Amino acid sequence: MRDERLARAAQDPRYRALVRRRGRFAAGLTLVMLAAYFGYVLLIAFDKPLLARPIGHGVTSLGIPLGVGIILLAVALTGLYVRRANRDYDAVTAALRAEAGE
Amino acid sequence: MTRPVPAAAVPAAALAFFAASPAAADSLGGEAQRQATNWPAILMFAAFVLLTLGITRWAAKRTRSRADFYTAGGGITGFQNGLAIAGDYMSAASFLGISAQIFADGYDGLVYSIGFLVGWPIILFLMAERLRNLGRYTFADVASFRFAQPPVRSFAALSTLSVVLFYLIAQIVGAGQLIKLLFGLPYPYAVVIVGLLMTLYVLFGGMIATTWVQIVKAVLLLGCATFMALAVLWRFGFSPEALFAAAVRVKTGLASAAGAGASEAAAKGASIMGPGNFIKDPVSALSFGMALMFGTAGLPHILMRFFTVPDARQARTSVLWATGWIGYFYILTFVIGFGAIVLVATDPAFLDPAGALRGGGNMAAVHLADAIGGNLFLGFVSAVAFATILAVVAGLTLSGASAVSHDLYATVLRRGRAQARDELRVSRVTVVLLALVAILLGILFEKQNVAFMVSLAFALAASGNFPVLILSLLWKDCTTRGVVAGGTAGVLLALLLTILSPAIWVTILGHETALYPFSSPTLFSMPLAFLVIWAVSRLDRSPRAAIDREGYADQRVRSETGIGAARAAEH
Repeated sequence: MRDERLARAAQDPRYRALVRRRGRFAAGLTLVMLAAYFGYVLLIAFDKPLLARPIGHGVTSLGIPLGVGIILLAVALTGLYVRRANRDYDAVTAALRAEAGE
Repeated sequence: MTRPVPAAAVPAAALAFFAASPAAADSLGGEAQRQATNWPAILMFAAFVLLTLGITRWAAKRTRSRADFYTAGGGITGFQNGLAIAGDYMSAASFLGISAQIFADGYDGLVYSIGFLVGWPIILFLMAERLRNLGRYTFADVASFRFAQPPVRSFAALSTLSVVLFYLIAQIVGAGQLIKLLFGLPYPYAVVIVGLLMTLYVLFGGMIATTWVQIVKAVLLLGCATFMALAVLWRFGFSPEALFAAAVRVKTGLASAAGAGASEAAAKGASIMGPGNFIKDPVSALSFGMALMFGTAGLPHILMRFFTVPDARQARTSVLWATGWIGYFYILTFVIGFGAIVLVATDPAFLDPAGALRGGGNMAAVHLADAIGGNLFLGFVSAVAFATILAVVAGLTLSGASAVSHDLYATVLRRGRAQARDELRVSRVTVVLLALVAILLGILFEKQNVAFMVSLAFALAASGNFPVLILSLLWKDCTTRGVVAGGTAGVLLALLLTILSPAIWVTILGHETALYPFSSPTLFSMPLAFLVIWAVSRLDRSPRAAIDREGYADQRVRSETGIGAARAAEH
């Protein structure tokens, strides 16, 4: 039933290290994104006046930099992951694939 | 031509009369004149349609195999795919719907945008590369990877179809309103034109045409929105504060004109700077937030895009480009929406006698184009907005059609023994059927806010596809029965709660109070899906369950490394 090459790769210490490292990094970034977004949603749910409060003497409210900040955060986290994956993870998966004969 | 409403006919005639003198025509720029001199819009619209038909013709020659039709043969680069994804995402709902939302309620539109965007990092961190490593044509390839094919595929296909239909309706309604406004065509004709064009693209050009139409349109739309946002900001000395202040003044003025007292009017004006009118209670806010964030990760036409690139690295790159472009676009939309409050809401040229926006609430961005760039730019923006809808509709239809042909027909009905040729034929027939259904429903749902319809599609995707996909990818003990039962439960509850919610139960069915008082079902339906998948999988002692669990080890290694995932182009 099991594929030989896959079973062999699964035993490879580099594979195990990769899965552990990448899993941890991805989970960390996911948590940051979830926390930021649902923190924002909870503010909308429970403290709308805070978001509507002007930050200076004008009308621009706290919600605007916060909202735009979440958009920028999403792009930044994505960039962070892609950079790490391109520099680091790809080399390992390429080596594993080469040894599996691909 | 425009189904003349008696009340509107008189001022229109009056405008036509004044338009005889050039100076008056400039200052009034009203309805009658617009219909007469809208040639730039029509010409640009025609030019775009010709361009896309050219792309379709070119793509049709390159569409030889099943892989070409479903996934452009896996030959799209990460950058191109990123643009195409952004194109899929910057739909009529985003451009017209969100700017309309901001035009009406201010800040609430940003809440929409943020929710639409934050799903992308999640897709990247948890799914994108795994999808590429496991699947070929549809997300059901991945969801059913180690499971019994017929039940899981059937579920995936049905849930895909329901998501696609809701999303399609939203797009078609937007397109119909746009054409009606521009050309004075009756709404049903407009909807039929959209349906016909998108059928042509998909039928003959498959994924290659769909992708390139999407890329062209994404570039045009980004350019257009950039120009509009810059033009708006320029008027306010590039000071967002000045723009916001002007918008608050306009809203205050409108409120006092409507008979509000001074303090009430001021409060009304200031309310556009914070969340408010649209998301009323905490449950709706959370539920809505979940739908947007996780729905993205369950949209079949988006997931399908990960099979058009050659490998995991390109899949990853696509998400980065997509997130960047979409984020940028939403910031522009925010400026455009506020610009529309200032420049459109007070200009009688854009309002009907009752004070409402001409052409329907979704047309704020289109009127703004007129206000800042005149008739020529109005034509350009309308052509681009229309292109947006066409491209998205084509992508949706293609994913609906492949769910029927690849998942239902080839895998379930023919048990994987279908000829590629027959499968393609089924796919093309489905395209035509889907177009018909979408046209009918588009006519039926004419008055709905398009952003709301899209959020329903997101709720369904978040309650069905997303839990199924994520648990089948990441949880070893997940089984066929668990996935089918949980996914079905999630989708059904989402549908049921939506029907019982105010938007349908009260607004459409005319009951007194909604049985489900919140605006989105996801807070309940998505956890239910996870719970049922978990419980049923745990209790599953069938022989199939043993196979399902045993298959996890191989699936895991393949999903992490890509070993065994031949390049899509080789199929």
